Amino acid sequence: MTTYPLLSIITFLPIVAALILALFLRGEDEGAGRNAKWLALVATVATFLVSCVVLAGFDPQNTAFQFVEDQPWIMGLRYKLGVDGISILFVILTTFLMPLVILSTWEMTDRAKDYMIAFLVLEGLMIGVFVALDLVLFYLFFEAGLIPMFLIIGIWGGKDRIYAAFKFFLYTFLGSVFMLVAMIVMYRMAGTTDIPTLLGFDFPSDPFTIFGWSLVGGTQMLLFLAFFASFAVKMPMWPVHTWLPDAHVQAPTAASVLLAAVLLKMGGYGFLRFSLPMFPEASAIAQGPIFWLSAIAIVYTSLVALAQSDMKKLIAYSSVAHMGFVTLGTFAASEQGVQGAIFQMLSHGFISGALFLLVGVIYDRMHTREIDAYGGLVNRMPIYALIFLFFTMANVGLPGTSGFVGEFLTLMAAFQVNTWVAFVATSGVILSAAYALWLYRRVTLGRLVRTGLRSITEMTPRERWIFVPLIAMTILLGVYPRAVTDITGPSVAALLNDYHASLPAADAATEVAAAPADGH
Amino acid sequence: MMTSLDLYTLMPEVALSVFALVALMFGAFFGKDRVAGAVLWLSVIALLVAAVAIGWGGRGDAQAFFGMFIDDAFARFAKVTILLSAAGVLAMSADYLVRHGLMRFELPVLVVLAVIGMMVMVSAGDLLTLYMGLELQSMALYVVAAMRRESARSSEAGLKYFVLGSLSSGMLLYGASLVYGYAGTTNLAGVMEAITGDRLSIGLLFGLVFLLVGLAFKVSAVPFHMWTPDVYEGSPTPVTAFFATAPKVAAMAMIGRLMWGAFGGVPGEWTQVIAVMAVLSMFLGSIAGIGQRDIKRLMAYSSIAHVGFALIGLAAGTVFGVQSTLIYMAVYAVMNVGTFAFILSMERDGRPVTAIDDLNLLARAEPLKALAMTVLLFSLTGVPPMLGFFAKFGVLKAAVDVQMGWLSVLGVVASVIGAYYYLRIVYYMYFGTQRDTPVESRMGGAQWVALMGSAAAMIIGAFSLFGTEAAAERAALSLVGENAVVIPAPVAVATAPVD
Repeated sequence: MTTYPLLSIITFLPIVAALILALFLRGEDEGAGRNAKWLALVATVATFLVSCVVLAGFDPQNTAFQFVEDQPWIMGLRYKLGVDGISILFVILTTFLMPLVILSTWEMTDRAKDYMIAFLVLEGLMIGVFVALDLVLFYLFFEAGLIPMFLIIGIWGGKDRIYAAFKFFLYTFLGSVFMLVAMIVMYRMAGTTDIPTLLGFDFPSDPFTIFGWSLVGGTQMLLFLAFFASFAVKMPMWPVHTWLPDAHVQAPTAASVLLAAVLLKMGGYGFLRFSLPMFPEASAIAQGPIFWLSAIAIVYTSLVALAQSDMKKLIAYSSVAHMGFVTLGTFAASEQGVQGAIFQMLSHGFISGALFLLVGVIYDRMHTREIDAYGGLVNRMPIYALIFLFFTMANVGLPGTSGFVGEFLTLMAAFQVNTWVAFVATSGVILSAAYALWLYRRVTLGRLVRTGLRSITEMTPRERWIFVPLIAMTILLGVYPRAVTDITGPSVAALLNDYHASLPAADAATEVAAAPADGH
Repeated sequence: MMTSLDLYTLMPEVALSVFALVALMFGAFFGKDRVAGAVLWLSVIALLVAAVAIGWGGRGDAQAFFGMFIDDAFARFAKVTILLSAAGVLAMSADYLVRHGLMRFELPVLVVLAVIGMMVMVSAGDLLTLYMGLELQSMALYVVAAMRRESARSSEAGLKYFVLGSLSSGMLLYGASLVYGYAGTTNLAGVMEAITGDRLSIGLLFGLVFLLVGLAFKVSAVPFHMWTPDVYEGSPTPVTAFFATAPKVAAMAMIGRLMWGAFGGVPGEWTQVIAVMAVLSMFLGSIAGIGQRDIKRLMAYSSIAHVGFALIGLAAGTVFGVQSTLIYMAVYAVMNVGTFAFILSMERDGRPVTAIDDLNLLARAEPLKALAMTVLLFSLTGVPPMLGFFAKFGVLKAAVDVQMGWLSVLGVVASVIGAYYYLRIVYYMYFGTQRDTPVESRMGGAQWVALMGSAAAMIIGAFSLFGTEAAAERAALSLVGENAVVIPAPVAVATAPVD
C-alpha cells in the first residue's frame, strides 16, 4: 500500500527529536530553552502532519489493520505496528494535542530543555501504545510511559510532588505487572504475541476450581482480571482511582493535560483492544459488576468533586466520573455503547485538556489553585470567562458540544442492558452540572473582592490561540458526530460481531457439557 | 598425546594462570606497588584476550581429563560473561584505587586468580574439579575483601566472608561426599548414570541438598544471604563491584552445571527447592532493601533479589529456562558494572561516600551521569524498554511455560516492591533538596565508558541483542541436551487472523 513506514515515523519522530535535544543542544540558559521549545514544537507539528497523512490514507470500510509494519524483533517477538478504526483516532488525538501542550509551556524557564525532552519521549511512547500490534510491544510502550511521567511530576510538580510521583508510579506499575504475566500466559497458550492473531483466538473459558472455589469463566476469567487490574487502574475506575487526584494536582499543567487527555485513554483503549474481543465470555460475566462499579464511580466521584476546594482536584474527580461513562458504554457491548465510549474518550480528551489548560492560565498568574482565592474574574478577564464557560458547558454535556454525544450514547446503551444502572448513572449527569456550574460561579462570577486579583491580566494572544483548535473540535464533534463514528463504525461493528459470535458458542458448549447423554 | 590434547582444551585457564604467576613475580621483584598500575592494565588486557579467545575460538565441545573438565557452549558463555565483567570492573577501579591509595599490585593478580577459579567452576565435570575451582575463587576473594588493612570494616567483611564461606564450603564438601558414597563416583556424568528411575535415593537426596546449600551461599540466595550486605558494605568499593558481578555469574552457572550435569534426569527433585529459594530471595531482596541508607548495602539487597529472579529460570527446568537464566545473568552483570562505575565515582572532599542521600540533586550538577544512572536504575527495576525488562520477561516466560504461573506472579509482585528503592535513588538525584555540599562525581575515562556503555546497552538492547540470545540458546542446549524435559508444543493457532 504505502512504502513509507508512516506509523514508525510518527512513533519515533518525537523520540528522535528528544535525542537530538539531549545530545546536541548544549547549555541551560534562556536561549537553549527557547531553541528546545522551537524544536519540540516543530517536531510535534510534523508528527501531527504525518499522522494526518495516515488519517487521509485510512480506509474506514476496511476493518483489518492498516499501515501494517512487521519486523522480527528480539526474543522471538515481533515489531508490528498498525491502526484500525478503533486506534487511529487516539493517535490523532495525541498528535493533535501535543503542539498545544508544547505551546502552553512556552513561558516556562525551569530546565526547559529537559522538560521538552520528557514530553517528546512521552509523546512517542503514547503513540506507540495505540499502534502496537504485538502484546509485548504494547506492554513496552504502556509501561515505558511511566518513566517520563514520573520524572515530570517529580521534577516540575507542586508541593507534594514526591508523594504523588511515587504513588503514580507504584500504583500503575502494580496494576500492569499482572497484565504482563497474563500476556506471557497468552503467549504460551496461543504460541504468538501477535495481536491480530490473538483477536481470533479462543481462550478456554471452562470453569475450574481453585482452592475449592469454582471460577466461572476459567482461564479466560483469570486473564481478563489481570488485564482488568491494569486498565482499571490506568482508566481509572472506582475504587482504584485514588492515585489520579494526587497526580493531577501535583503535576504541572502540561502534564495534567496529557494525563487526562491521553494517558487515561490507554485504559479505555485497552478494554476495547484486549478485554472485550479477546475475552468475550469473561467480559460478559463481568458486565454486571463493572456496570455497578461505573455507576458508583459516576455518582460517588461527582459528589466528591462537589466537596473539593482545589480546582485541579475537582476536574480530576470529574475525569474519573467521565471515565465511568466509558466503561459503561464499553461493557454494554452494543454498537451505541462502544461508539459512545470511543466518542466520550475523544471528547473528554479535548474538554478536560482544555479545562486543565484553563486552570493553568490563572495558576500561572496567581500561583494558587484554591477556588476560594478567586471570584469575579469576569470583571478582569472576560475572554477567559467566556472560554471557561464554554468548556464548563461542554463538560456538563450540553447538547451541541461533544460532551453530550458521548454521554447520551453510553447512557442509552447502558439503559438497554440494565435500567437501574442507567438510572443511577444518569443522576450523575445532574451532579456533574452541579459541581461544574458551581465551580464556574465561584471562580468567575460575582464581585471581584480579592485584592490580589485586581491586577490580574487577560489572556495573552498565545494563550487564546491554544484554545481555538480545542473549541473548534468540541463544536465540530458536537454538531457533526459522524466525523468520528464514520471512522470507528466498521471496526466497532466487526469487533462486536466477533464478540457476539463467540458468546453463543460458549453457551452451546456449556449446554453440551451439562447434557453429555445426548451423545454429542 | 592424550595429555597434550587435554591441556590444549585448558589453554585459556593455563595461560591465565601463567600470566597471574608471572605478574606476581614481576610485582614482587620490581618495585611492588609502583608497578601496580601496569599490572592492573596488563591483567585487563589478559582477561580481554582470554574472553575473545574463548568466545570466538571454535565451537567448544571438548572434554579433558576423562570428563573432569568440560569445555562446551555453556561453559564458554559463562566464561565470556565472567571475563568481560571482571575486566570491566578492574579497568574502572584503576582510577579509584590510585586516588584512595589502595593501588596494590596484589589486587589485579588476586582478581585474575579468582577468575581462573570461576572458569574452572563453570567447566567442572566432576565434583572435585568443582570444589577446586570454588576454593581457588573463594580464597582469592577472602583476601581482597580484607584488602583495606587499616579499616576495621574491611577486615570485618573479610573475616565474615571467610568464616561463612568456609562453612558453606564444608557443607558443599559434605554433600559431595554423600553423593560420592551413594553414587560411587564423583564424575557428574557418572552420577547421572547412577541415578535410576525418577526419584533419588535418600542418601543422594541429602547430598543434593547439601550441595545446593553450599552453592546458594555463593549466589547469596535466601536463606544463605546473611553475609552479603555486610561484605558489600565493608569491602572497598572496587571489590564490592567485583563481588556483585563475576562470582555471581560463576556460581549461578555452577548451579546449572551441577543440577543438570549430575541430576538432570530428575529435575523434579530440585526445581521445587530452587523455586522456593527464588521466591524467598526476590521478596527478601525487595523488602529489606527499602530501609537501606547506604547504596552499597542497597546493591547487596538488589543483587539478592536479582539472583532470585535468575533462579526462576533454573527452577523451570527447561532449555529455555537455562537460556533465560544465562541472559539474565549477563544483563545483570552489565547493569552492575555500570551502577558500580557510578558508585566508585561518588566522593566528597576527596573521600568516597556511599550514603544515598548524598546524591541529592546530582542531576543539576551532572545531568548526563544522572541520566545514565536513571536508565540503569529503571533497568534494574525491570521497566521496559530497558534491557532489564527483557531479562525478567525471559525468566517469567520460562516459569509460565512449565505451568509455574504462581512463580511469575510472585516475581512481578516482588519487582514492584523493589521498584520503590530504585525510584528512591532517582528521587534523590532529580527531586531532592539541597542540604550540604553536593557530592562530586569524579570519573576516570574507563569509569565513564563503563557507565555510559552499560546505560546505552540497556536501551540498544531493546532493539537488538546482537546474538546473545542465540549464544545463550546454544549454551543452554549444550548443558541440558537430550535430558530436556519435553514441553508439549503450544496449542496450534486454529483461527486465521481477523480481517
